[in-house]
Amino acid sequence: MIASPSPTATMPPPKMTARDVCVAYGDKTAIDHVSIDIEQDRVIAFIGPSGCGKSTFLRTLNRMNDTIASARVAGDIRLDGQDIYAPEMDVVQLRARVGMVFQKPNPFPKSIYENVAYGPRIHGLARGKAELEATVERSLTRAGLWNEVKDRLSDSGTALSGGQQQRLCIARAIAVDPEVILMDEPCSALDPIATAKIEELIHELRGRYAIAIVTHNMQQAARVSQRTAFFHLGTLVEYGATSDIFTNPRQERTKDYITGRYG
Amino acid sequence: MKPLALLFVVAGLALIGWLTARARANHFLRTATRSSSLPGHHGWYVALWTLIPPLIFLALWSTVAPALVTDAVLATPAAAALPPQGFARATILSEARALGAGRAYGAFHALAETLAPAYAAAQTRFDWIATALALALAFAGGAFAFVRVRPGFAARTRVERIVMGALLAASLIAILTTIGIVASLLYESARFFAIVPLTDFLFGTHWSPQVVDPRDPGASLGALPLFWGTFFIGAVIAMAVAIPFGLMSAIYLTQYARPATRRWIKPMLEMLAGVPTVVYGYFAALTVAPAVRSLGVTLGIPWASSESALAAGLVMGVMIIPFVSSMADDSLAAVPGTMRDGSLALGATVSETIRKVLLPAALPGVVGGILLAISRAIGETMIVVMAASGVATLTANPFASATTVTRQIVDLLTGEAAFDSAKTLAAFALGLTLFVVTLLLNIVALSVVKTYREAYE
Ligand SMILES: Nc1ncnc2c1ncn2[C@@H]1O[C@H](COP(=O)(O)OP(=O)(O)OP(=O)(O)O)[C@@H](O)[C@H]1O
Ligand SMILES: [Mg+2]
Repeated sequence: MIASPSPTATMPPPKMTARDVCVAYGDKTAIDHVSIDIEQDRVIAFIGPSGCGKSTFLRTLNRMNDTIASARVAGDIRLDGQDIYAPEMDVVQLRARVGMVFQKPNPFPKSIYENVAYGPRIHGLARGKAELEATVERSLTRAGLWNEVKDRLSDSGTALSGGQQQRLCIARAIAVDPEVILMDEPCSALDPIATAKIEELIHELRGRYAIAIVTHNMQQAARVSQRTAFFHLGTLVEYGATSDIFTNPRQERTKDYITGRYG
Repeated sequence: MKPLALLFVVAGLALIGWLTARARANHFLRTATRSSSLPGHHGWYVALWTLIPPLIFLALWSTVAPALVTDAVLATPAAAALPPQGFARATILSEARALGAGRAYGAFHALAETLAPAYAAAQTRFDWIATALALALAFAGGAFAFVRVRPGFAARTRVERIVMGALLAASLIAILTTIGIVASLLYESARFFAIVPLTDFLFGTHWSPQVVDPRDPGASLGALPLFWGTFFIGAVIAMAVAIPFGLMSAIYLTQYARPATRRWIKPMLEMLAGVPTVVYGYFAALTVAPAVRSLGVTLGIPWASSESALAAGLVMGVMIIPFVSSMADDSLAAVPGTMRDGSLALGATVSETIRKVLLPAALPGVVGGILLAISRAIGETMIVVMAASGVATLTANPFASATTVTRQIVDLLTGEAAFDSAKTLAAFALGLTLFVVTLLLNIVALSVVKTYREAYE
């Protein structure tokens, strides 16, 4: 019943592959045998009713579930063909390559500059002050925030508006030069204007990164993504091109959810 | 009537008021459709009105009654024989009072015997006046309340208001007591500073209250060595122990420990805070002090004291660990978990996250906690009484003996001395200094913690 991911011959291999991924919190199963590809230069949207395991699945992709003591992950997840749960995998490196943006903007209580410089400093990405400043500027520019904050880089990041904070968090993630960006409901705490800015930003970032986004907003999923995965009760119900899912869903449950009859 | 009996009578009246008002309300509420107050509320309303006015009256009365009685006695012809104002007069009067109340069976002064009946008579007379007034107030209050008990009367809200008033009064009593203590501290200190110049006391380096030269009392009451000793033991040595250990245990508990581990380590740490300070005291005096001394001797300090600053400070530090740890624990826990996730998701390790994000974010709270810990350490008495020295020396050598403000206050007040000598009054001046310093520390600490809390709300 699950449309098995089958990259066409002309496509490059997917950036990340997840096969038969299962996650349990204690003995409660949250994700049950999910297989999905995250492709380069594309946006994939995860949709589904609350509690169906979207965030849980997203967090397996950069091993943030490791920070939850009761979480157990099984299955095979690869980044560029490399098993990210293999013992020799360096979690620090993995998380630098697979960045994450959270539902609630969470800038550090430091200056705007320090927020963005945090990642490059930790990973030693910039040699010298000038290079670090260049990285900060580039990241803020890509996140569409540079013009708004360039005169007050030393102000606290927490003093920005919610939408600006979220773009700061995106800049912070971009600054460590990730290959994949995971976004967990990045707009749910924002007003429509800030949301539109973030969506625009996702469009621009698409050409550079593989992006996975969780959203409860069907229009948003339709607008920003090329592929959509519909989760329900921990299983992947349907997965395919966004246009197909929204115009011509194969599963009854998907149709009900998208048309708002349920969930 | 004796005061205790009077209280019982008033309480009995209140009970009667409660019962009758409730019965009456029961009666008319049976027919009323709906009322905001239940019969019990009407009962309480009347009971409180019966009880509270006489209680307030009696409380006020008890403060003025002795003076009234004495005045009445002094007005009798027999009192004319009393010596003029002074010590003898006060003694005779207090003897006569004791005799009159039946608390004594004989007196040194014959005059006291003659005044005793006058005392007894005056006391009885005023007791009856008090009884009459209290009962009148009880009846008046009760009656006033009782006539208001009607179907539409909102007894419920009235009772609520009276209860609130009572709670407010209770909290005011604590505040007033504190103010009273501070006032007496100020008064005694003022007497001290009338004898000893403030600058001599604060900046003098010689402290030997046992031999105070009456011509220049300030010369041997210079408290600087005490202040230094207090600071050295409480804020330097003790904190050198308490801050690292407290902080590290808080970091371990909040960031690394599994919930199961935390469940048993945290209570154990808190148990450390429950150990009576006197136990720490003899631990310091009997175990740590000799060990520190022999350590000093091995290190080549043959004169290392067995009452060293180090011994007292170390044990005090251990005592403060749970305090620092729980304050730091709270501050770290107050940093939103999303902060930690944000840092980890960028590829930072747990220890990088702690050092670069969590601790800076929690720093104000931690600093506030440390200030509170210092204010607690410098006020700590038992450990220094048992383990620190009584001799004031101005030294920064941890193996040398040192004394503290609290230790000296105990020494000054436990010896025998007239109550108005410079030596005894010095205890109050020391107490005042300590009070001011801890107060300032607490104010600063609490405001730091408060602004920090606001940052996350
Ligand atoms: N830390 C945790 N410990 C235990 N159970 C958890 C934990 N986090 C999530 N769960 C459970 O796992 C299931 C999936 O949760 P998840 O947060 O992934 O859902 P979601 O699809 O992201 O929901 P939402 O749309 O509301 O964010 C839920 O039943 C939830 O109760
Ligand atoms: Mg979620």
